[in-house]
Amino acid sequence: MAMREIISSGNELAALAARDAGCKFFAGYPITPSSEVMHEMSDLMPEIGGVCIQMEDEIAGVAAAIGAGMAGVRTMTATSGPGISLKAENLGLAQMTEVPLVVVNVMRGGPSTGLPTRVSQGDVAQAKNPSHGDYKSITLCAGSLSECYTETVRAFNLADRFMQPVFVLLDETIGHMHGKAVLPTEEEVNKGIVPRKQFTGPAEEYFPYECEHDQPAVLNPMFKGYRYHFTGLHHDKKGFPTEEIETCRKLIQRLEDKVELHKDEIELNEEFFLDDAEIMIVAYGSVSLAAKEAIRHLRAEGIKAGLFRPITLWPSPQDRMRELASRIPKVLCVELNIGQYRDEVQRSTGRLDIAGLFKVNGRPISPYEIVNKVKEL
Amino acid sequence: MAFNYDKYLRLEKMPTLWCWGCGDGVILKAFVRAIDKLGIKSDDVCVVSGIGCSGRFSSYVDFNTVHTTHGRTVAFATGIKLMNPDKYVICVAGDGDALAIGGNHTIHGCRRNIDITMIVINNFIYGLTNSQTSPTTPQGMWTVSQKAGNIDPTFNATDLAIAAGASFVARETMLDPKKLEKVFVKALEHRGFAFLDIMSNCHINLGRKNKMASAMENLEWIDSITIPKKKYDELSPAEQLNKFPTGILKEDKEVSEYCDMYAEIVKVHQGNRKTITQNDFEKKI
Repeated sequence: MAMREIISSGNELAALAARDAGCKFFAGYPITPSSEVMHEMSDLMPEIGGVCIQMEDEIAGVAAAIGAGMAGVRTMTATSGPGISLKAENLGLAQMTEVPLVVVNVMRGGPSTGLPTRVSQGDVAQAKNPSHGDYKSITLCAGSLSECYTETVRAFNLADRFMQPVFVLLDETIGHMHGKAVLPTEEEVNKGIVPRKQFTGPAEEYFPYECEHDQPAVLNPMFKGYRYHFTGLHHDKKGFPTEEIETCRKLIQRLEDKVELHKDEIELNEEFFLDDAEIMIVAYGSVSLAAKEAIRHLRAEGIKAGLFRPITLWPSPQDRMRELASRIPKVLCVELNIGQYRDEVQRSTGRLDIAGLFKVNGRPISPYEIVNKVKEL
Repeated sequence: MAFNYDKYLRLEKMPTLWCWGCGDGVILKAFVRAIDKLGIKSDDVCVVSGIGCSGRFSSYVDFNTVHTTHGRTVAFATGIKLMNPDKYVICVAGDGDALAIGGNHTIHGCRRNIDITMIVINNFIYGLTNSQTSPTTPQGMWTVSQKAGNIDPTFNATDLAIAAGASFVARETMLDPKKLEKVFVKALEHRGFAFLDIMSNCHINLGRKNKMASAMENLEWIDSITIPKKKYDELSPAEQLNKFPTGILKEDKEVSEYCDMYAEIVKVHQGNRKTITQNDFEKKI
C-alpha cells in the first residue's frame, strides 16, 4: 500500500480522514477536548465545496449532520462525552431510520462535566447503548495517530455498509497527541471507498426498508425522484409509521442482525506477543501504548506478557477473546475507567478471574504501573 | 373546477389520525395549494416535522418527508438545506415543538436567516398527549398538568421570531384558508427564514375543559383573539394586550440568507475572494 507521512495531531487527522473519505458535511458544537476536529473541518469542508457549521447546541450538531445524511451525503459530527449524552436521542433516530453518520468522541473524564482537559475512557459503555431501545452499536477505537486517520476512514465505509451511526472513540491523549503519522495515500483511501447502496429501478418499485433480515435499508438521496418517509416510529417497507406486529418485530430484529450476523466485516484486533503469552493484557486507545512499553520491559525480565487490543470495541471480538482466554492463564484489563470493557471480557470469556488495573483521576496509566501490576498477579 | 389534491397526497395514508374538525387538515390543504400555485415539483420539496399531532403532517404529503425528534425540525432541516440550497425545505412544528423543547433551534434558525419555511401549527395545547400546558396556552385556562388553571405566561411566537432575526414573519389562522394559501405562497417565495404562526383549533384537548367543546366554539375564540395587523396597530396598548395581530408582520428582503453567505465562505477557501470582514455587513456590531 502506498503510504505518506504527515506531522499532525489525532483530532486533526480524524478531520483529514473525513475529507479524504468523501465527507461533505460537518456540524458540531465546541467542546473540549474534541474542538480541533471542528476547527479543521471549518477549513477542509469549504475547500472542497462542502459545509461545516457550528450549531447552537450539541443536539442541533448531530441533528444537522443526520439531516445531511438523510439528504444523501457522507456526514460527521465530533464531540466528547457530555455531548454524546445530549446527542443520544437523535443518535437513536439515526439508528432507527438507518442514516449513516460518523461520530467522533474524544473522551474526557466524567461523569457530568468531569475533567474536561484530561484523559479518560469512560464513554466505552455509553458508546454501546447511547440511547433507548434495541440496536447494535458499531464503535471503533484508535490506538495511535495513524489510526485516528485509518479508523475514521473505516468508520465512513462501515456507516455506509451498515447504514447507521459509527462511533470513533479517541481519548484526550490520542486526540491531542502531536507527531508523525504514517498514512495511506489519498489514492489508497479512494480505492477503498464503497458508497452506500442505491436503488435504480422505477420509483413505484422502491421500498427503502424492504430488505433481507440481515441487511440494512437502501436509502436513496433526497430530491432525486424517490420520495419516501423517514420516521423514528416503527415503520413499514416504505418508511411509514405502523404498529403491525410482525413488521415491528422484524424491523428491530433486523437492526440487531444486520450487525450481529456480519461481525466478521467489522471486527479488527491487534495481537502483540500473544503467541507464547502467559499473561494477556487487554487494552485499547492510548492505554495500549503504555501496555506495549510495559510488555517490552516484562519480556526483558523473562515474563511472558502480551497484548490483545480490540480496535473495534463494539461489537466486541468475543469469539477471539474466548479462544485466547482459554489458553492464556492470566488476563489483565487496563482501562481509564472502572472496568467498562472488563465486563465485556468477562462476559465473552466466561471467566470471572479477569484482573483489572483501572484509573479514573484524569491521568494516564504509565508503563511502570502496568509492569508492577503484572508482577503482582 | 375544484382543486385536485390527489397528486400531492399519500392517499393510502388517509384518513388522517387527526380528530374530526381539527384544523391541521385545513392547513395541510392550503399548503398543498400553495406548492401547486408556485408550480414547485414535488421532488424539490422536503417537509420536516417534529412530534405531536402536527408531526404527522409529513407522512400525508407526497414529498421528501422526515418525521424527526421532538423540537428538532429546524436543526435537521438546516443540514438538508445546506446541502441543497436550491430546494424547498419546510418545517412543520407544533407550539410545543417550536417554542418549548425546540425553542433554541427556532431562535437560531431565525437568527441565521437560513432559507427554511417554518410553519408552526399553534393550537395552544399539547393535544396528542392529552391536554398538558403548552407555551402558548392562555393563562387561566385548564390543562391536565395545571388543573387549577395555567399560571405560565403566554408566549407570543411572532415576537420571538422577529426579535431573533427571521426576515419573514406572519400570523394567520385556519379560519381563512384563502389567506393561509396566500401567506404560504409568500413565505415559500421569500429567500430567508420564514416563520409562520398558524393558529388552529383543538376543541378536543383544549376546548372541552375550557368552554369551547365544539370546533366552532374553539374557532370563534381564535377569531376573537386575532385582528388584522393594520387594525391592531390602531389599538391602544391596553386593547392590544389580549389580541394577536394577523397578516405579514415582518418582511425584509435585504438581509443576507445563510446558504448565500456560506457560498462566500466557500469562495474564500477556494481562493476566489478575500476574507469576509465586518465591512461586508451593514450591521457592524
